[in-house]
Parts: sequence; C-alpha cells; structure tokens
Amino acid sequence: MITFDKTTTPKAWKGFKGGHWQEEINIRDFIQQNFTQYNGDESFLVGPTAATKTLNDKVLALKKKEREAGGVLDADTKVVSTITSHGPGYIEKDLEKIVGLQTDKPLKRAFMPFGGIRMADDALKSYGFTPDEENDKIFNDYRKTHNQGVFDVYTPDMRKARHYKIVTGLPDAYARGRIIPDLPRVAVYGIDRLMAEKANDFAHIGDGELTDKVIQLREEVQEQYRALNDMKKMAASYGYDISKPAETAQEAVQWMYFGYLAAIKTQNGAAMSVGRIDTTMDIFIQRDLDNGVIDETQAQEIIDQFVMKLRMVRFIRTEEYNALFSGDPIWATLSMGGVGLDGRHHITKTAFRILKTLDNMGAAPEPNITILWTSNLPEDFQRYATEVSIDSSTIQYENDDLMRVQWGTDYYGIACCVSAQPVADGIQYFGARANLAKAILYTINGGKDEIAEAQVGPAYEPITSEYIDYDEFMKKFDKMMDWLADVYVNSLNAIHYMHDKYYYEAAEMALKDTNLDRTFATGISGLSHAADSISAIKYGHVKVIRDEKGIAVDFKADNDYPRYGNNDDRVDDIAKWLVKELYTKMNTHHLYRGAKLSTSVLTITSNVVYGKNTGTTPNGRQKGEPFSPGANPAYGAEKNGALASLLSTAKIPYRYATDGISNTFGVTPNTLGHDMESRKDTLVNMLNGYMDNDGMHLNINVFNKATLIDAQKHPEEYPTLTVRVSGYCVYFADLTKEQQDDVISRTFFETM
Amino acid sequence: MENKTVTADQTTNEPVKGYVHSIETFGSVDGPGIRYVAFLQGCHMRCQYCHNPDTWKLNVGDEMTTDEILADAAKYRKFWGKTGGITVSGGESLVQIDFILELFEKAKAMNISTCLDTSGQPFTREQPFFGKFERLMEVTDISLVDIKHINSAEHKKLTQYGNENILDMIQYMAQHHDDMWIRHVLVPQRTDYDKYLTELGDYIAKIPNNVVQKVEVLPYHTLGVKKYHEMKIKYRLEGIDSPTPERVANAEKLLHTADYTGYKKWMPLPKL
Repeated sequence: MITFDKTTTPKAWKGFKGGHWQEEINIRDFIQQNFTQYNGDESFLVGPTAATKTLNDKVLALKKKEREAGGVLDADTKVVSTITSHGPGYIEKDLEKIVGLQTDKPLKRAFMPFGGIRMADDALKSYGFTPDEENDKIFNDYRKTHNQGVFDVYTPDMRKARHYKIVTGLPDAYARGRIIPDLPRVAVYGIDRLMAEKANDFAHIGDGELTDKVIQLREEVQEQYRALNDMKKMAASYGYDISKPAETAQEAVQWMYFGYLAAIKTQNGAAMSVGRIDTTMDIFIQRDLDNGVIDETQAQEIIDQFVMKLRMVRFIRTEEYNALFSGDPIWATLSMGGVGLDGRHHITKTAFRILKTLDNMGAAPEPNITILWTSNLPEDFQRYATEVSIDSSTIQYENDDLMRVQWGTDYYGIACCVSAQPVADGIQYFGARANLAKAILYTINGGKDEIAEAQVGPAYEPITSEYIDYDEFMKKFDKMMDWLADVYVNSLNAIHYMHDKYYYEAAEMALKDTNLDRTFATGISGLSHAADSISAIKYGHVKVIRDEKGIAVDFKADNDYPRYGNNDDRVDDIAKWLVKELYTKMNTHHLYRGAKLSTSVLTITSNVVYGKNTGTTPNGRQKGEPFSPGANPAYGAEKNGALASLLSTAKIPYRYATDGISNTFGVTPNTLGHDMESRKDTLVNMLNGYMDNDGMHLNINVFNKATLIDAQKHPEEYPTLTVRVSGYCVYFADLTKEQQDDVISRTFFETM
Repeated sequence: MENKTVTADQTTNEPVKGYVHSIETFGSVDGPGIRYVAFLQGCHMRCQYCHNPDTWKLNVGDEMTTDEILADAAKYRKFWGKTGGITVSGGESLVQIDFILELFEKAKAMNISTCLDTSGQPFTREQPFFGKFERLMEVTDISLVDIKHINSAEHKKLTQYGNENILDMIQYMAQHHDDMWIRHVLVPQRTDYDKYLTELGDYIAKIPNNVVQKVEVLPYHTLGVKKYHEMKIKYRLEGIDSPTPERVANAEKLLHTADYTGYKKWMPLPKL
C-alpha cells in the first residue's frame, strides 16, 4: 500500500491558506480557510464560448435523436460497466475542456446488471435491444445480483405489500443511490493521498477481534482502495494523472468530474448526487484568476462544460421505473449557497456561474440545482436566483437554517431530490415510500385491498357501520399502522443488507470517511389525502358506500370539514400527527447497521402511480386519481391562497421528516407581479417568509397553464420547457401523458 | 389611572363586524409587496366588466371582527418583507368604512402596513362619512384608486354612477399627501378610446404633491363571465375580447405609466 509523506506540501497547494485540511482529509476546513464570498450582482457573468456553443448544439442534436428513437439512442449489451470498462469517449475531443463519458459514446447507456439481471434485461428489451446470452448466464448462474438476494429473503407479507403497492418503489432491483461522494477530495488531495489515508484507516479497523462488523468494514475499505486505483486508470485513459492534487481550475473541475464518473459508471442509483462542489471549484478558479492563468470567459467555459457533462448522464430503466420517475431523471443534484456555522454565507461567484449555465446552454432538468436558502443570503444572489426560476422553472430551494441545525454541519449536500446528508461522513439508505392513504382504506376494509379485494394486510375486524365512527376508526388505524411500519421497515432491512453485500458503492464510499453516520430513510405518500380523510371522518360525518363484497368503494361526507392546505390547525395537526406517529412506530424496529431513522414526505412523480393504485378515499379523491405530490395539499383543497397553503406544509416537523418535506409550487407570472422586478421581489419575500416559518423545501414553477396545454399538443415547439415536480426537474415533453395531465391540473395560483 | 375614555367607549363598544367575501393570503399585485387581502362584501356600483358580481350584495358573507382578521393576517408577517402588509379590497371597501377604520387603526398599532383598494364611489364630504374618512386616511399607508372612466357621463354608463365625488376623493388625498396607485381597466368599446385616455393621462399628471406612486393599465379579461352564468345575471360585455397588447401599450403611453416610478422605492411610514 502507498504511504504518503505528510511533511511535504504539494506544489499544487501554492497560494492556499493552510489548516487542518493539510494534516487530514478535511474539505470543510479547506473551504473555510480559502473561500471568497461574493456580495455583488450578476453583471460580471459572461456568455458561452464558441467551443461550448458547438458542443452544446451537438448534445442538443443528440438529445433530439434520442427522443425520436423512443428515449434511448444506444445501449451497451455486452460490456458490464465498471470504472475502467470503457475506453475514453468524447463529444468532440478538441473542443472539450472537461472530458469523460459513461461509455465510449455520448448518450450510449451502460449495461449495469449488479442491481438485478432481470431488470437490466427488461430495460434493454423495452427499448428493442437483445440481452447478451453470455451475460445472462454469468449473472443468473454464476454471480448473484442484489435483486436475487433480496427476493431470497423477503417474507410472504413483504411480497404482498409490495405487489399490492401499499409500499412502492423499493430499491430492490436497482441501485439505492443517495450516497454523496465528497468529490472535492479528488481535486484537493489527489488519489494517492486518499489511498494512503484509506490504507491507514484499514490498519485501524477494530481491535483485532474479527467480528462480523469488523470483517464487513475491512472488506469494504479494500474495495474502496481498489476503486481509487481504478479511478487513476480511468483518468489516465483520458490522458490525466489524478494521483496528485489538481494544479489549475480546469484540473480541479476535471478531477472532481472523474470522481463523479467513477460513481455513475458503477451505480445506477435512483439519485446520483453531485453534492456540494461550488465553493471548492471557486477557490481553484479564484486562484487562477488572481494569477492571470484564466479570465472570466475561461472560468465560465469550465463550468459550462462541466454542467454539460452532468446533463448527459443516462441510465437505462424499465417501463415500470419510468412510470414512477418519468423523464429519465438521475438526480445529479448540485446544492449550493447556505450560511456557514461561523455566520459567513457561502455564495461565491461560482454559484452565479452555475446558474448562468441555464442561460448559456438553455434550460435543462439536470443537474438538479438546489439552493440552500436562508433569508441571510446576499440580496443580489437571491434576486438572481429567483430571476432564473422565473425564466426557467429549474431551481429548487431548501431551508439551510433547518438543515444546518439538524445535521450539525454546514458541509452537507442534497443526496437525492430533497434529502440532506453530511458530505464527509454521512450516508443514507434510500427507502422509497409507504402509502398512508391506502392504509386508511385497509383500516376500513379489514386489511383487504380496496382494488384487488385480496387480503393483503392482517385480517383485522373491518368497519361495518354505515357512518364511520372516529374513535373506532382511530383504534383500528393504529393497529394497521403498526403492521405497515413493521412490513415496511423490515423490507428495507433486507434490501440494505443485500445491497451492501452484492452492490456495494465502493467508488462513492472511497470518497467519504471510513466511519460513517447512517440514516435509514423511509417515506410517506398520500399524506394530504390521509390527513383530509381523517379530518372528514372526525368532522364531516362520513357515510360509507360498499360494494356487494362489503368493500368500501365510495364515501360521502354530510358536513364540511377542514382540509389540509388552509393553515387550519384542526387538520394540519392531523398531518403532523401522522408523520410523527408512523415515525415512532417504525422507530421501534431494528434498523440495519445502527442507522438512524428518518422519513420524508416527497413523492417525485410517483404520486401519479400511487394514486392510480389507490381506491376512492374518504376525502372525496376518486379511485385512480393522482395523489397530490409530496407534502402538497390535495388539489382544490386550498381556499385562502398560496401562503396559507405553504404554512400548512411548513408545520410538518422536520425533526422527524429529516429526509425532506417537499412542496411544489406553481404560479403564473402575472400572479407574482406585473414586471420582472416586482416578480423577483415577490419570490424573494415568499422564500424568505417560507423558510423563516420553517418550510423545508420548495419547487418553484412559473408559467401559464395555457403554455403547458400548448406544449402537450406541440411538444416539438417546446423542447426545453422544464417543470419542477416534487424534488426534481424534468423536460415537460418527457413526461408520460398521465403525468402531463397531472401537472396541468395541479393547483396553479393565479389572480384574475 | 383615569379610565374615563374606556367607560365612555364601552357604551358603543360592540365589536364592529365586517362582512368578508374571501381572504387571499398571497396578494402580490394588490399594493406594495406581498399582502394579505381581505375582500369585503358589498358594492353599489354595477360596473359592466366587474369580474366579481358575487361581491355586490350587501350585508352577507362571513362575519369577522377586526381582531379575527388581524390575528389571522399576522401569521403571514414573515412573508411581507419591508413593504408588504394588509390590503382591504372588495366589493367596495369603503361601503364598510367603520370596519376598515377600526381594522386599520389596530393594524397600525401592530406596525402592520395598510393599503386601501377603492373605487371611491361611497366618498362624500358629508358627515358622518367624511369624519371617518379623514381618520381612515391617517391610518392608511397607501391607496389603490380605480378610475373607471374620466368622463362622468361615460362613467355613469359604465358603472351607474358619475365620477365627481371619486375625483374629489383623489384631490382630498393628494392635498393631504396620501400616497396612491392609480389603476384603470382598459375595456375595448368602453374605455379604450385615445380621447379619454389622453384626458385621463392629463388628469393624473396634474394630481398634486407627487402622491401618485404608480399608474397601472389593467387589461380587461373574461375570466369573470363564468360567475355571471352561474348567478344567472346578464353579462353586458358579451362578445368583447381582451384588448390587444398594442392597445395596452398605447394606453400605457397615453397615461404615461412609465413616468410614475415612486413605487419602486416606496416604503410604508409609521404614522404619527
């Protein structure tokens, strides 16, 4: 193993202020010592270079071809993707400042069977490719995959809960994702130093007693060490030596991108986050600018071309997956902004440069740009960000004040769509979501599925009276939630055990601390419908209409009742209670590897599929109708305008739902104000107010409903129209028809 | 401690109740900044283009006290920034002047910015209204004044009332340095004539003391038609479309809207 001489200072660090970061791997300290705040406005920004424009046109042309080809341009069937599996690939080599593709050709999708060979084959088949026989043999006969492992241990109860979709989207056949690699490590330290540190960690695992835990970690660190070595080989194939720290801004960005490339060559995670890289990039850029090595045009070119690469990341997915998460999302979430523990905000010129990419190269859904917002960010930055939102609807905002306090660090990133994660030493085990609205129907129907009419949950006594008695319902609901918590958490225990065993994220873990804090993520879907249904039962005197088999198929509330979304405590307290209660029940269970439980109220686009598989609910939502996304109120429930709605969402306690509470906000431009300056004022004030009231997350969409209706009819005229849906951003044209309809029918706040 | 005033007031101290049509927590085009808008019920005018015929009827709607409204509004304080606050709109807000007066007095005591959206129709220099109005202006940070038509005869055709008292109200406000935005709804075949627009532009330009912070042309739209059908009231602008962007730009030119930029820097002042 390599040893690193800590007494010499690499030449690459010349001009940087020293600190703990030199003695140990500590990017936060590197940033604290070296970053330059920027308080000005966007006037320094520049447009794209000719090279960037040419490359971007090529990429756009390829994307057009990809869409015309039915979604996939090309796919590898033969080569199993690893860090070093493919030779170098380019768009146009001579023009590229930042290089590296997942495979040997742009937009060609890699073959990634380790999550599950059946999924990988199905994905190929659904786009007209023929799976390779030899690979099939290898992964069916010789080498087990994650998916096989999970299904070997699932209980019948788990299989049923999954089949009838009271839990959905579990990462049991694809990578769980949501691990943020600390990419700046590659640039600041170079791979050799990282390998030396891992070797040192390896030598200090346990006290010599080879317990299960010690054995598992020793094996993992060995795999990380190997992955680091592979990263060097992969970079070398592109002509770069990343064993040493980056010496220039271009190298720094390139080094970080190689780290990211290693992750996306090995894992097809539901979310492959980029993490928090803007301040480190800025430090390198600022040093080069100060030394006259580059000018602003070149600085922007590096950022543009890095972002262009993030826009090209692709995985091949099955149809079922696309129905859940449509539009080819990979959640290359890039989070920036925020305020440090010392009170200094972290806005640098590079935060502006990253936003500028949306102007220089057009709107695009990836990377998933996330602004860690607080009312203490500099006003010029706030205004610029909201202007980009108004123009492109591509940004999401998350509450830095809440997250910094909850996670105890200012060096955290967003690991998926919405979830925070300490970059250096935190990971999350992704856990999809359970359907609370369906749990209410199971309670009424004695554990029978309201659509399939099969016994799925435990056969508890159903509710048989004509009108639902609130006390009786709550008693029965409590037991049904116990069952749901049990089956859900234990499914996840099985999944994460097998994922570590068969599909360990060696490349990403190699760029994190060896000793990690783990969170065990779970999620809730249908919260608004569950809360409104309980409110209806409590205040509305709800009559049940049953079919001939006694299954409740419709409901009628005699009286009006409070609905979530109007800042009315009577029902908002029910929503709060639901989150806390399910959390508390799940938390009684064993959680894999000592992870800490977290939950979320975010659905991405899966609200459509969840709704499709859920019968009519007591709040009047009809069978098959989409759920409202994330923590949004039910469609049409809001009566007092947008802020009342936002304050209802803001009441969901982040301490429990540390995985994120998502709100997707749609508004017409004229509702925000009659000119750009007033619109920016409105959004800045709205975001400040929402975050100061403990609101956690906000997607902002600014457009007219008519635009969407027109875009649905004439997609060719709106190739770059993007919309934000719960936790991510997507080309409107890439959504399924059902999801487009859902987006169109969503609450749009508008003035007459 | 003297408690004379308290005793004196107690005889008439029934809490004033307002008739509220609806609440909008996110008003961002109803005065400066983000505002909590209480739409009050009741209006005497019958503007042909009115898009809220459901607010015409007097003495119906949700009964609310000023304390109830303020307690609810205060929940949104963190959204208001430096310029936002509450707006009272309608219907015609001045129809319930006793209610707004109490509401605004209490709001100012809570350091909440107040904005009055009115068409001025109830305005008169006769008592008891005028005394109340004078007091109201002392606790109003800014008003949004709708001039429906500059020509009184045409105003009457459009709304069933002349505009003399409305223009008088504007002069009163200007003389007392009460800031305002002027708004004008542009309706093809009704208000969209260069002659009247020029006249209106000249009138606004002569309003003294630089009180006009902003002048807005609001293009007529047909979103309210549905309500007429639901309420089975004859809609008198059937067949008239929204003005073209060119006509809107023309009206903005004739009203010199670009000259009124005070709103960009406007801040509510604490009233003495």
